[in-house]
Amino acid sequence: MKLDARIPDGPIDTKWERHCFELKLINPANKRKFRVIVVGTGLAGASAAASLAELGYQVDAFCFQDSPRRAHSIAAQGGINAAKNYQGDGDSIYRLFYDTVKGGDFRAREANVYRLAQVSVNIIDQCVAQGVPFAREYGGYLDNRSFGGAQVSRTFYARGQTGQQLLLGAYQALARQVGNKKVRMHRRCEMLDLVLVDGHAKGIITRDLITGEISRHAADAVILATGGYGNAFFLSTNAKGCNVTAAYRAYKKGAAFANPCYTQIHPTCIPVAGDHQSKLTLMSESLRNDGRIWVPKQKGDRRAAGDIPAQDRDYYLERKYPSFGNLAPRDIASRAAKEVCDEGRGVGPRGLGVYLDFAESIQRLGSHVIEERYGNLFEMYNRITGEDPYASPMRIFPAVHYTMGGLWVDYNLMSNLPGLFVLGEANFSDHGANRLGASALMQGLADGYFVVPYTIGHYLAGQRPAAVSTEHAEFARAEEETRQRISTFLSLKGSRTADSFHRELGAVLWDHCGMSRSASGLKEALRRIPALRQEFWENLRVPGSGADLNQSLEKAGRVADFMEFAELLCHDALTREESCGGHFREEYQTSEGEAQRDDANFTHVSAWEFKGLESPPEEHREPLIFENVPLAVRSYK
Amino acid sequence: MRLKLHVWRQRGPADAGQMVSYDMPDVSPDMSFLEMLDVLNERLTLEGEEPIAFDHDCREGICGACGLVINGIAHGPTRGTTTCQLHMRSFKDGDEIWIEPWRARAFPVIKDLVVDRKSFDRVIESGGFISVNTGSAPEANILSVAKDSADQAFEYAACIGCGACVAACKNASAMLFVGAKVSHLASLPQGRVEAGRRARAMVSAMDAEGFGSCTNQFECEAVCPKDISVRAIAKMNREYLRAGLLESES
Ligand SMILES: Cc1cc2nc3c(=O)[nH]c(=O)nc-3n(C[C@H](O)[C@H](O)[C@H](O)COP(=O)(O)OP(=O)(O)OC[C@H]3O[C@@H](n4cnc5c(N)ncnc54)[C@H](O)[C@@H]3O)c2cc1C
Ligand code: FES
Repeated sequence: MKLDARIPDGPIDTKWERHCFELKLINPANKRKFRVIVVGTGLAGASAAASLAELGYQVDAFCFQDSPRRAHSIAAQGGINAAKNYQGDGDSIYRLFYDTVKGGDFRAREANVYRLAQVSVNIIDQCVAQGVPFAREYGGYLDNRSFGGAQVSRTFYARGQTGQQLLLGAYQALARQVGNKKVRMHRRCEMLDLVLVDGHAKGIITRDLITGEISRHAADAVILATGGYGNAFFLSTNAKGCNVTAAYRAYKKGAAFANPCYTQIHPTCIPVAGDHQSKLTLMSESLRNDGRIWVPKQKGDRRAAGDIPAQDRDYYLERKYPSFGNLAPRDIASRAAKEVCDEGRGVGPRGLGVYLDFAESIQRLGSHVIEERYGNLFEMYNRITGEDPYASPMRIFPAVHYTMGGLWVDYNLMSNLPGLFVLGEANFSDHGANRLGASALMQGLADGYFVVPYTIGHYLAGQRPAAVSTEHAEFARAEEETRQRISTFLSLKGSRTADSFHRELGAVLWDHCGMSRSASGLKEALRRIPALRQEFWENLRVPGSGADLNQSLEKAGRVADFMEFAELLCHDALTREESCGGHFREEYQTSEGEAQRDDANFTHVSAWEFKGLESPPEEHREPLIFENVPLAVRSYK
Repeated sequence: MRLKLHVWRQRGPADAGQMVSYDMPDVSPDMSFLEMLDVLNERLTLEGEEPIAFDHDCREGICGACGLVINGIAHGPTRGTTTCQLHMRSFKDGDEIWIEPWRARAFPVIKDLVVDRKSFDRVIESGGFISVNTGSAPEANILSVAKDSADQAFEYAACIGCGACVAACKNASAMLFVGAKVSHLASLPQGRVEAGRRARAMVSAMDAEGFGSCTNQFECEAVCPKDISVRAIAKMNREYLRAGLLESES
């Protein structure tokens, strides 16, 4: 396997423009001869599918939900970053670039991040033109808020429903092209395998979730925009359907998987309430603009929050990180919460929680202002916990939220498999070892609206259109394997459900590969996961048949892939013998307990090649070179 | 607490379907409604029965995937709340709960509690957008938009497309859904250009899908988990009529 990032030469601020000029073009009349498959209709997939269709390509788009509008992006709350500098507070493309590289703990590719910051401004323009109702000031101009890891206000938002509004914008653009017959929309249709012909991605195998029909789809290129793999942990803030299947199937077909151990644990989620818990709910990071985080100073202080006087409270983020305070980046805020809970100072029935307190802001601004800013989040908190956050502080605890790792891609967002492009959370490209808040929406839309529409043409220009049909033997083989797998699931007739295996797998990952990791814990996980997987394949029970809607069967397929993928995740975590961003290895910390990077040995991307389940994956390294932001210890003190 | 559930079971579109009863001996008030169904499904699977099919994804009240008629009310007893955000503390020990799918001609049942809502997508495809290609947008702050208009647009844009409005309406009308989209886009200067054409296209697509006409009883507003106001319907009618007038004048 050869990894060539194809980073253009020249100064960082002109790379993208020059590169666009040098990319091959396809004339408008020829574009319609090419067909592109887009798997996923979240921000990344919907924006790509719509934009490619507008350019004239024929597009087939796929999602497993009943409508493209329900992709997980819909749930994003807080906002989207862009270097508009509307507040005149010193923001710039360079500063957004700098913050993202630093926030990612120097484990992202500079050139990609710079381009992201550049196109961020176009995204806001595009979305406003689509009718996205961003928050505005009384003068009628766009409003901004602050997010973690930044000292400027560059986050655009639509109350606590920014993802919804951005996705509806992209969905509507996509719907327009479906109506124009430029996009064929395949709903409730799950990709179960990738088809390679002569090493190039030329199609996929899908299952229609209503009829159970297995189909072959051929195209000139395949785009995966299938989201992140946070649900490997079972409990996460992701929607229930989020999964790693599409990316993992591509990995098994030879696509490199980069930095799987970079997972983000979000500091502000509603704590677990009981064993029935099916998912965790995020309370947007934007709340940290007005909420103060604290725990009692004394271990085991069981007084109600309101009865604990100021001198007995420890506002630990403000104390430890005075210049960023409650807006310290996510990895740092999460670890700090774990630390105080480990010390026995956690709050709530299980002791796994910290307070997020709005009392002062309510006093300063009035509750109507807080309601206008966060009303829907406060309601959601109240519905889930039965407590009123206007009256007493919220209880929050970290939860798995986002995955920085993903399929390896070059500067063109193409994987090492020619013709396979990967966008959005599914790729690894821009956030290094830690993503800053409000940057995932930015990246998904950058990839889909402003990057892949250019770069895919360069690949397609070298291809003969419609060169491959679904009659090719590779399609038959992939289809047969998919059918086999489904009939195996149905034939096992064991005594445990896919959900129960998933819960157990999630607990192993959370305990050993969660907020902090150690060689011994990871080795333990690597011992337990294969054993659990073996039990899965012996003792799984999938009721019903493959010939109609069967949610247990869908679940089994996803859990089966998580079972294999979890091992890759732990393997990567074990190999990366340093702490960086969301990856915290207990062995590598400073005397003050801060993450300790090892730049001499680990300033690289680890991209893994599948070598069969019985052998460890093979590591390929892409060195990371920092020419613009000098490698430095990341400090938020 | 102990509950008795009566759940609509239907093997497929051709099956007649029936209510089936289940005992739930140990429900925690902290569970969400769907978590209670998860527990039941785990049990049914191990007992060799097929679990109950229902749609869900985000479980945060935003994707619009979930939707059950609970004791005769779309999304259940708590106002402004999706099924997934309904928690069992809204019920009490000994309660009986009837659980059914959305019922509407334009939403045929696929299986158990799962219905087909593609008709909603087709209505949006007919005109529920602003026609702007990627890359052709002007600088965002070139046009100021009154805060009131932006806020109003947001109120309508908050629709999650769940279909509760249709399920609650005797005529299975989709006026609130369509009105919300028409009003969202018509409230913004960017959306004014196509406002009339959009209203007419969406209304005729809505009719073609088999959604009924408005009963003026506003059941839709009462069950909308996002509290979208029926003013959306009036606004849509206005846009529709205005477009008709302009057309007859020209
Ligand atoms: C609760 C929450 C709040 C967030 N808030 C913010 C925020 O405020 N700001 C921010 O920047 N980021 C936020 N994020 C992160 C951000 O929402 C996601 O990273 C981003 O939306 C991912 O978009 P995507 O297009 O890559 O994938 P997704 O939106 O996850 O879409 C994946 C798509 O792929 C499809 N799919 C997946 N697998 C298959 C398959 N096998 N076959 C067919 N289709 C498939 C799905 O149907 C779906 O359409 C938040 C995340 C969460 C969980
Ligand atoms: S599951 Fe998404 S709104 Fe209920």
